[in-house]
Amino acid sequence: MRLRWGGERLLSVLSPVLLLALWELAARTNAIDTRFFPAPSDIFAAAVTLIRTGELWDNLSITLVRLAVGFLLGAVPGIVVGLAMGLFSPVRAILQPLVDGTFPIPKIAILPLFILIFGLGEESKYAIIAVAVVYLVLINTQAGVRNIDRIYLDVGKNYHATRWMMFTDVALPGAAPLILAGLRLGMGVALLVIVAAEFVGARSGVGYQIWTSWQVFQVDRMFVYLLVTAVIGFGTAVVMTFLERVLLPWKQH
Amino acid sequence: MTSTAPVKVRIRGLRKRFSVKGRPIEALDGIDVDVEAGAFLCIVGPSGCGKTTLLRILAGLEEKTAGTIEVARDAAGKDARERPVNAMVFQEQSIFPWMTVRDNVAFGLKARGFSGRDRYAIVEPFIRRANLGGFEDALPHQLSGGMKQRVSITRAFANDPEMLLMDEPFAALDEQTKLILQAELLRIWEESRKTVLYVTHSIDEAIVLADRILVMTARPGRVKDVVDVASVFGRPRRVEAVKESAQYGELFGRVWGALREEVMGAQAAEAVS
Repeated sequence: MRLRWGGERLLSVLSPVLLLALWELAARTNAIDTRFFPAPSDIFAAAVTLIRTGELWDNLSITLVRLAVGFLLGAVPGIVVGLAMGLFSPVRAILQPLVDGTFPIPKIAILPLFILIFGLGEESKYAIIAVAVVYLVLINTQAGVRNIDRIYLDVGKNYHATRWMMFTDVALPGAAPLILAGLRLGMGVALLVIVAAEFVGARSGVGYQIWTSWQVFQVDRMFVYLLVTAVIGFGTAVVMTFLERVLLPWKQH
Repeated sequence: MTSTAPVKVRIRGLRKRFSVKGRPIEALDGIDVDVEAGAFLCIVGPSGCGKTTLLRILAGLEEKTAGTIEVARDAAGKDARERPVNAMVFQEQSIFPWMTVRDNVAFGLKARGFSGRDRYAIVEPFIRRANLGGFEDALPHQLSGGMKQRVSITRAFANDPEMLLMDEPFAALDEQTKLILQAELLRIWEESRKTVLYVTHSIDEAIVLADRILVMTARPGRVKDVVDVASVFGRPRRVEAVKESAQYGELFGRVWGALREEVMGAQAAEAVS
């Protein structure tokens, strides 16, 4: 049987609501262990407390600042170096082996080294995010430049476009869709890395709160902060989609 | 043709050798041709005969292996803003998808250093004459295939080159759109009378557009025959009038006669390899 569009939409709204209701019911009747899965109403109450005391906002803003600074520190050099590698083969020859050799290292594995170098302060967090972001942006930007349709380069050449114009009017816009895809991927990894870094290398932030909630066995708080990470992830995705709309109007169909 | 027009392009002994997987492939094997200033020359030949390669060499996109190409410049100077020697119209979609129609048409002028205001003022009438008025701010993905090729042709005309190189610009379009754009091209070209080298695989299109038709042999490409159209169909020319006339059939027969064995030969060679 096929449901009408409105019917399917209703189902999409109903399924999470139903799940929450079931969860609530199961928690109240002790069908599930509430030490691990506190009732949604309890989680909500914990969230209200955390918001009232300002604790939630403090931790969220700290994590957001780390994300933003680290992301920029990784994205900007990623785009610049990626463009240079895509456009100039000597640059590619020099940097490609370094990129290929270090890219496979799981970025979080470098955290101890960064804490050693930068200390437990904010710098080590910025650095680990920047490193996680820079590779994905760099690799995508380079691919974007190298995959520009040959025909566009031919047009530029036939019309005697200057080197600068080849860059601003052909290479950069031509590579833009893949650059933005790289930024989107970078943002996803940045979120992953910051939460993990805050687990072990921080005294504040969303990741730190998730970790301590486990250590002091405040599972309702943990769920609140898990929800916060979901909201951050969703929020960054919305921002990226907005950026694509604004920067790539020609990619919309 | 007994034309008194000066020669615009003189090509002598032009050769092009490609290397495909280490094996040399002879694409052009000594092309000799003179193109008079203001003439519309169509180049027909079997697939793979090197007609596109010939255009790409003239456009500076490919290096020649041997031979000479002399172009009589209208005015020679060192000013970057001077009229360019040529502008190419490509077969495939070649307008920049990230630029509006106006910026696409003005691309060549921007490369020559015209300011935004100047180049927009220059392209305005070109856009109108190409029936693209009202679409100046549209992006290519909003346009039909025919309109995209209009933009591509307008981009070439707006740059005011001394010579136009066109590589099957209408090949991917449907028959009706093609007829309309052929008539439009004739109308716009007849106003400027630029020298045109126009590659096509369509004999019909060649007869409709050309002053002379250069028939090429199968690979390696050589000049097989040159068919005079201008003495049969004068200018200005109407597409319908050409197709309705009895001489159209005669010309078609003559070009096809020259082309037929080359096409058969090319197909036989393909079947063997």
